Parts: sequence; structure tokens; C-alpha cells
Amino acid sequence: MSEVLDNKEVAKIYIDARGPRFGATITTIVLAIALVTQNKWVIVAQGLVFLIGAVKGPQFTPYGLIFKNVIKPRLSGVAPTEDVRPPKFAQAVGFVFALIAGIAAFAGADLVFTIAVGAALAAAILNAAFNYCLGCEMYLLIVRFTSK
Amino acid sequence: MKTYLPLAIVVVLSTAYGFWWKANQGAIRTKKAVPGHRLNAQILGEALGARATMVQFSSAFCTPCRATHSLLAQMVESMSDVKHIQVDAESHLELVRELDIRSTPTTLFINSQGIEVGRAAGTPKRDQVLAALANIA
Repeated sequence: MSEVLDNKEVAKIYIDARGPRFGATITTIVLAIALVTQNKWVIVAQGLVFLIGAVKGPQFTPYGLIFKNVIKPRLSGVAPTEDVRPPKFAQAVGFVFALIAGIAAFAGADLVFTIAVGAALAAAILNAAFNYCLGCEMYLLIVRFTSK
Repeated sequence: MKTYLPLAIVVVLSTAYGFWWKANQGAIRTKKAVPGHRLNAQILGEALGARATMVQFSSAFCTPCRATHSLLAQMVESMSDVKHIQVDAESHLELVRELDIRSTPTTLFINSQGIEVGRAAGTPKRDQVLAALANIA
């Protein structure tokens, strides 16, 4: 009954699970700066990071590269692995919020900017501090509402 | 123009929600069952366990689904009358809607009649699973 989940054709790439969580910590700091300074260029930069994470995978973002080259060599123990698709999904959600915030900033809609950055920040905090799985909570609801 | 108020609001709300979410992960709830709904071998594609079945709804964008699957599959190895069946939520949307499954992993504990007696959203702990199964006669 779980033919889709077990389907080897659905490319399963496993990455070090600590990477996306490290990335979420950096993302939290960047988004907090964006929220406090209301600086649109900070959200443009973070939006590009989200875009790379959503399309290629979080291991290819600047934060992922910092993790791989600086953090990971200093960690010991067996690396916990995870399927790359859940963190990719979370990056895509982040990108949508960053896109809304970016458009709002350039259009002068300050309140929309604040709400969108705030929503992205909430997701980043939950991921970094609680290992929250955005795909687990959101994906099925989205599919339930969008498909027949 | 600097403002700290939105940051403070987001930090407080997301932290409060995070603690609530974490505390409820894996907790087995007995009052979420859809009244009158019965699962059977025809719906699930596999025979039910003689005493109990754990039906785990999973999806592709779900890291804890794998851990939940390993835990439950390993636990039923030593139980001859309990089965573990994994269902891909996305390809069984009708069932997902009927049973009001909102997140993955969600595991339904059903008795030999196919009636739900409890469900857990998130990865349950071994002790929680054992307690839930012990309640199924």
C-alpha cells in the first residue's frame, strides 16, 4: 500500500540531517535582522538562499556549504541522515514567504512585508529550536485542499 | 527605522507553539476517531492483524515518517497478533479525508473489527505504543 513511498524511482537522496537545522539557525538570525531593520535587501538575499534550497536542495545553499566545510568537520559521532525532500519542501515554503515580502517591500506595503517575514521567521525558529517538520504539518493539508 | 515589536511577537508565539507541538508529538488520542468508520482488508490492501493493526499514514515530505516506520515495523516483529501497515497519504486522499488525517506521520490504532480506538500524530514512543496496544482486547 506504500508503493509511492517505497518507489526507488522517486530519487531518494539522503543528507546529513544536522545541515538543514544549522541552516535554519542562520536563517532565523537573518530573518530577525530583516524584521528589525525592515531592510528589503536582507530579504532578497535570504529569498535567493531559499530558492537554491528549494530547487537544488539545502545542501547547496551558502548555509549548507558553511555547514559542510566548517561545521561538519568539527562534529563527531555518526551523522543522522534524512531524505532531502522534507527540507527542500520547507525551503520552498520559505521562498514563497520571502517572495511575498520582497514584492511588498518594493511596493511599499510595510505591513505585508512584516507579516510575511514574521511567518518565515516563525517557521525558521520552529525548525531550528524544535526540529519542526513543516512538510509533515503542511503538505497533506495543501494536497487535501488543492486536489480532488 | 528599527522596530523590535514584531520580532518579540514572533519569538514568543512560535516558541509557545513549538513547546505545545513538541509535547503533543506522538501522544495517542482516543477521541479523534470518525464515528462508524471501519477499515478492512479491502480498503488497506492487506489483511488486518488478528487483535490489532497500526495503520501509519506517511508522505514524501516527512522526515519522522521513516523513524516511525522503523519503530513500528520492529515492534510488530515480536507480536503475532498485531500488524503494521503503511499507507501513502497522497495516493489515498479519499481515505485521508474520510478519516480526517491532517499531518504525517499519523498512526491509527485499530482493533480486529477495523474500528479506530486511538491515533497518534508524530512519532510515538515505544511505551505509548505498548500502552495503546494493551488497551485493545
